[in-house]
This record gives sequence, C-alpha cells and structure tokens, in this order.
Amino acid sequence: MSTGLSLFIIILTLANIIACYVLIKWSSKQKANEAAEGNVTGHTWDGDLQEYNNPLPRWWLWLFYITLVFSLVYLLLYPGAGNFKGLLDSNQMNDYEQEMSEAKTKYGPIFAAYTKQDIPTLAKNPTAMQAGQRLFLNYCSTCHGSDAGGARGFPNLRDKDWLYGGDPVAIKASILNGRNGLMPPMGAALGSGGLEEVTAYVLNLSGRKADPNFVEAGKQRFDSLCAACHNTGGTGNMALGAPNLTDNVWLHGRSEGAIKETIAKGRKGIMPPHKEFLGNDKAHLLAAYVYSLSQ
Amino acid sequence: MENQNTYNYKVVRQFAVMTVVWGIVGMLVGVIIAAQLVWPALNFDLPWLSYGRLRPLHTNAVIFAFGGSALFATSYYAVQRTCQVRLFSDRLAAFTFWGWTLIILLAAITLPLGLTSGKEYAELEWPIDILIAVVWVSYAVVFFGTIIKRKVPHIYVANWFFGAFIITVAVLHIVNSAALPVGLFKSYSVYSGTIDAMVQWWYGHNAVGFFLTAGFLGIMYYFIPKQVGKPIYSYRLSVVHFWALISTYMWAGPHHLQFTALPEWAQSLGMVFSLILIAPSWGGMINGIMTLSGAWHKLRSDPILKFLIVSLSFYGMSTFEGPMMSIKTVNALSHYTDWTIGHVHSGALGWVGLVTIGAIYFLIPKVFNREAMYSTKLIDTHFWVATIGIVLYIVAMWIAGVMQGLMWRAVNDDGTLTYSFVESLEATYPYYIVRLLGGALFLAGMFIMAYNVWKTIAGSKPADEAIPQTA
Repeated sequence: MSTGLSLFIIILTLANIIACYVLIKWSSKQKANEAAEGNVTGHTWDGDLQEYNNPLPRWWLWLFYITLVFSLVYLLLYPGAGNFKGLLDSNQMNDYEQEMSEAKTKYGPIFAAYTKQDIPTLAKNPTAMQAGQRLFLNYCSTCHGSDAGGARGFPNLRDKDWLYGGDPVAIKASILNGRNGLMPPMGAALGSGGLEEVTAYVLNLSGRKADPNFVEAGKQRFDSLCAACHNTGGTGNMALGAPNLTDNVWLHGRSEGAIKETIAKGRKGIMPPHKEFLGNDKAHLLAAYVYSLSQ
Repeated sequence: MENQNTYNYKVVRQFAVMTVVWGIVGMLVGVIIAAQLVWPALNFDLPWLSYGRLRPLHTNAVIFAFGGSALFATSYYAVQRTCQVRLFSDRLAAFTFWGWTLIILLAAITLPLGLTSGKEYAELEWPIDILIAVVWVSYAVVFFGTIIKRKVPHIYVANWFFGAFIITVAVLHIVNSAALPVGLFKSYSVYSGTIDAMVQWWYGHNAVGFFLTAGFLGIMYYFIPKQVGKPIYSYRLSVVHFWALISTYMWAGPHHLQFTALPEWAQSLGMVFSLILIAPSWGGMINGIMTLSGAWHKLRSDPILKFLIVSLSFYGMSTFEGPMMSIKTVNALSHYTDWTIGHVHSGALGWVGLVTIGAIYFLIPKVFNREAMYSTKLIDTHFWVATIGIVLYIVAMWIAGVMQGLMWRAVNDDGTLTYSFVESLEATYPYYIVRLLGGALFLAGMFIMAYNVWKTIAGSKPADEAIPQTA
C-alpha cells in the first residue's frame, strides 16, 4: 500500500486509541459546576428518570487501560499499523510456510519410505493402509464417498470396473495428473429417432430390456458414430476413458432417461490433478489404498 | 388528526404486537432449521424448505422483523416521553410501520424463492434494499424531528444510543448494499473479492454493534431505570462508554476474516479494537445492573426485571466472549465451528431476546391502557423457560464448537488428519439435538408470551396518553 494510505491508517488508529484515553481522563475528573459524586445530576426526564453522577468504577478503568496498552504494544510488535511490519518481524505467510516446511521435515520421511515399496506390496501393509485411508477421507471422499462407493458422476472405486485402468500405474497416474472425461453431445447427429435406437442398443449391450426393433438399427448407428471411442461391441477404451457399456455399470445414471440424456447432451467428468497439491509420495500411498479396495 | 397534547401510542402498539408475532415466526424458522441439522430429510426435498434458503429467512426475521419491530416500538415510546412531545409526524410514523411490515413480507417471500444477493444479514435484493433505505430515512426523520422539537432541555441517554443506531444503520445499509442491478431480482455487488468481504463484515459486525447492541442499549437505558424506579448508576460512565463504544465498534469487522486473504494489518486492527471494546461494552452492563443497587430484592418478585437484568448478564458474557474469539490464536480454533453459533445466540437470545421481552412486557399494559400484564405468574414461567432454553443452547454449542475445532486440527503421528469432516459432524449430532431442545424451549416461551399479551389486550380500550405540561 502507498505511504500516504499507510500513514492515514496509522494516524486514524492511534487517534482513536488516544481519544479513548483522553475521554476516560476527561470524564474521571470532577468538574466545577458538576453535581457531587453520588448525587443525581439534576436533570429529570419522563417524570422520574434521573442519573447519579457516580465515578467510573476503578476496576473497569483498569480494564480499559490494560486493553489500550495491550493494543499499542501489539501494534508495536506485530503487523497492524499500516505498512509498519512490527518489531518482531512476524508475518502470517512466513509462519505458514515455516510450519509447512517443519511438517515436511517431520513427516516427509514416513511417506518417502512408503514410496520405496511398490503399490501391490504397500497395499498389504496395514499401517500404510491406515494412513492411506485417512488421506482418502480428507482428500477424496468429498466426491468418491467415505466408502469410495462413488456417486452419480463420480466413479465407484471399489468395483473392478475402471475407466482409465485399475493397475497400479494407471491409478497413480489418475491421481497425479487427473483425468478429463468427455462424452460429446450426439443428439444433433442422431436425431430423435436415432437417439431412441442407440439407447435401445446400449441398453441391450448390458443385457437389459430394449425394443428389439430399435436394437438392430441402433447397432448400425453405434458402429458408425460411437464405436470410435467405445469400441465395436461397446467394450470401451481405457486409453480414452471411454466406459465399457456392456457391464451394466452406469456412471451418470442407469435409467433409460438418464442414458438417453447422456447420449443426447454428452457428459463431462473431471478428476483434478493432485501432483502439486499432494506430491508424489502421498499420491503413491493413495494409489496403493485405492488399489487395495478392489483386491 | 394530530393531537399535539397526547403521545402517539398507536404506532407503538402496532410495533409492540408485531414484535411478538415476528418473534414467533423467526424463532419457529430457527427451530425448523435446527431440526433439519439433526434430520436433514425435514426439507422434504423442496427447494424453498431447504436449509440454505430458510437460514437467511431465520436471521432476517429475528434480527430485522423481531428486533427491528422492538426497536421501533421502544424508541418511539421512549423518545416521545423523554422529549415530552408527540412524535414529529404521525403520518411518517405510520409509513415506517407499514413500510417495515411490507419489507418483512417481501423478505418472507423472496428468500424461500432463492432470490438473494448472497450478502450475510443483507440478503434482500436491490428493490427491497431501496425500500429499506426509504423507510429508514423516514424513521430517522421521525426520531430526530421529535428530538428537535423536544420540550426538555437535555437529551436523555437512551436517545443517544437510539440516535447512533439509526444514523449508523443507514450508512451501513446503503454502503453495503450498493449493487448494479441486472434485472428486477438480480444484482451484483459493486465491490469484488477481498474488498467485498471486508465491506460485508464491516456491515455485518456493525449490524451486531449498532442494530443489536447500541439500539438495545437504548432500550436498556429507558426501561431498566423505569422498572427499578431508581436513577441510572452513573451519568459519566454513560458518556464514556457511549463514545468509546460507537468509535471502536467501527473497527472490529475484520475479526470475522482472520487468516483469510484480508491483509494482515487489517486482521490485527480488527483484533485490537475488539479487545478495546470489552470495557466500553461492559460500561452499559455496569450502568444497568448497578442501577439496581440497593433494590436487589425486587429481582425476587418482579419477573420483568428478571428479564431485563439477566439480559445484561448475557450481554456482559457475550461481549467478553466476542473479543476473546477475535484473538487470532483463539480464532484459529473457534472460526467456522459451532462455537460462533453459540456466541451469536448467547447475544441474540440472552441479550437481545430477553431485554426485548422485558421491555415489551413493560410496554404492552402502558400502551393498551391496562394496569398490568394479564398474568405476572406467566411472565415468570416465560422467564424460566426462556433462560433454561438459552443455557441448553449455548452450552451445547460451546461444547460442540470446541470439540469440532479440536477434531479438525488433530493430527496422527504420520501427519495425517485424525478425523475427516464427516466424523466431526457425526460427533456433533447429540449437541444438535440439545440445541434443538433449547431453541424449542425459547420458542415455547414466546407462545406463553403471546397468550399473555392476547389476554392483556383483548377488550382493552387503548387511548393516547396526555402529555404532562410541566417540564
């Protein structure tokens, strides 16, 4: 902030603190034309409202003085008075960074040691899995649920169905770099009749009831428009994160309406990257925990 | 038309009765959302019954409908009698009543519909904000107009506090609500980012400081000496604590934004001025309670006095607790926990609620031309039901808040957090049930009050009282 603004803040702050002090001093003195202490001031309102002219209670005055002195000392030692940094050179950002670096020194080696083990081994280490679960509960459960069972739009991590692969490398890559799932809207390309047909075919892929008249036509449309990502036969493509459509697992809702909506309007699924936020070691441990859930 | 030889009690009666009505409405909504925290299914999957929409309805209803009506009623009553003149304008006074009531009704419709500016305690959209500004300026004209034409040389201390409250709330409301409308029900704040946050809490904390503190100290300064029948303890103390209170409260807002993007100097100033506030706040408590000095026995037999004096005890407690919570190290634990909710309610139920109830019990028989309330026994019952309710509420929230703060910061040997958020929520359930019980008791007290008020005013022949002609 500019020096002018800083000075303005300092002056205003000190003026208010000093004004409090002057106010106390001024009113704790008996003035010449004033009612004697313990007497009423002489004014009366509404028939019987009066005021004694009692002195300020001594303990209360001391309380007031102590807070004023504390404030001045605090503003001398810590940042508060405009640009003045305070004599202790304390600063929230530095405090934060120092605490974080201390934590890193203290806890870093624990996670570094876990990273030396490969993920399948680590997944069998109960102490490590306890730590992994706590990380999961704090960083992942908001979307994937406390039991990793997922929710609509957020994959279940306990089943054996994987969008991007369930091997240790793929899981860790998902955590570190995140994933961007994109199903483009196909409504315009399909038209309303086409939409009915493809929906019927997709339902049929998972062995669900569908109008047999639509299924065959739907297959043809699917092969030309959808198979590029979802593969012929709808078995999916993990390289693209295109879901397997034959296993009756539905990320965005299992009802016919929801499936139709997915096809017509498309879907967007984002798993945010955690590399910067968690670092490699914690991501490694989390990957082992997630891996352990489906073993 | 206007009869200059009598006091205008009509507007006082209207606001006094609506205080009870809005108290029940606002507190009922509070009890409903407290129940939703225990049983979330109670929103019945209806958007307009969801917690996020009912919570602002609760805060607006209790602060501005219940508290606001109480302030209008008591200030209109006290300013006339302490100035020994009729209100400046009967028509404008009537406009403030109907205007304020319209604002409350609009709030009760728009907030459940999800129309909100998103500013805490100032959620109403811009057309209603403009209406509030117009009504508030009219209130100021009526109040200060009455002060100007007073027949008494000095201005009574209650009127200093009412006056400061009226002026400051006008400034706060207009500055905080400044927005660019993009439609009839949608606007964007003219401030952005951290500055918007700071303006909101400058408003938010001074809404507490001036609406809920200075205004209600005005009530205290009139109704306590009236009910006790003794002079105010110390004129000098009232001078010191008035000026110190209104000057230092202005700085305290940033304590709501400790450890955020707000520059550190502003956080520090928010903290030190909050600490300086202890003594000026307590000045009012001392002046009220010490007024009773030599007449303590009255507390045994007079339940109205119980309300008024116990309200000051809660006031003293919460104005000590607040500065403690503004200290950065304490705030690091208390912020975002239910401790804050407990603190607010020890002020809202304990101080604002009890002093209002006491003052309304005093006021109702006076303005409805009755000797006394229908039942003194029921006032006493109300006092105990309400007080037990408050204690249950705030103790539950203290324990829950400190527990949450400790759970959130608990760390295992490997540096991972011991508890997830959901675990802290699960641990809070029993306290949410106790809080619900406390709130329900306080609400039950309001129903007792409504019955008592109804029995008092039914069949009464209210008349405006003549103004005594001697100074």
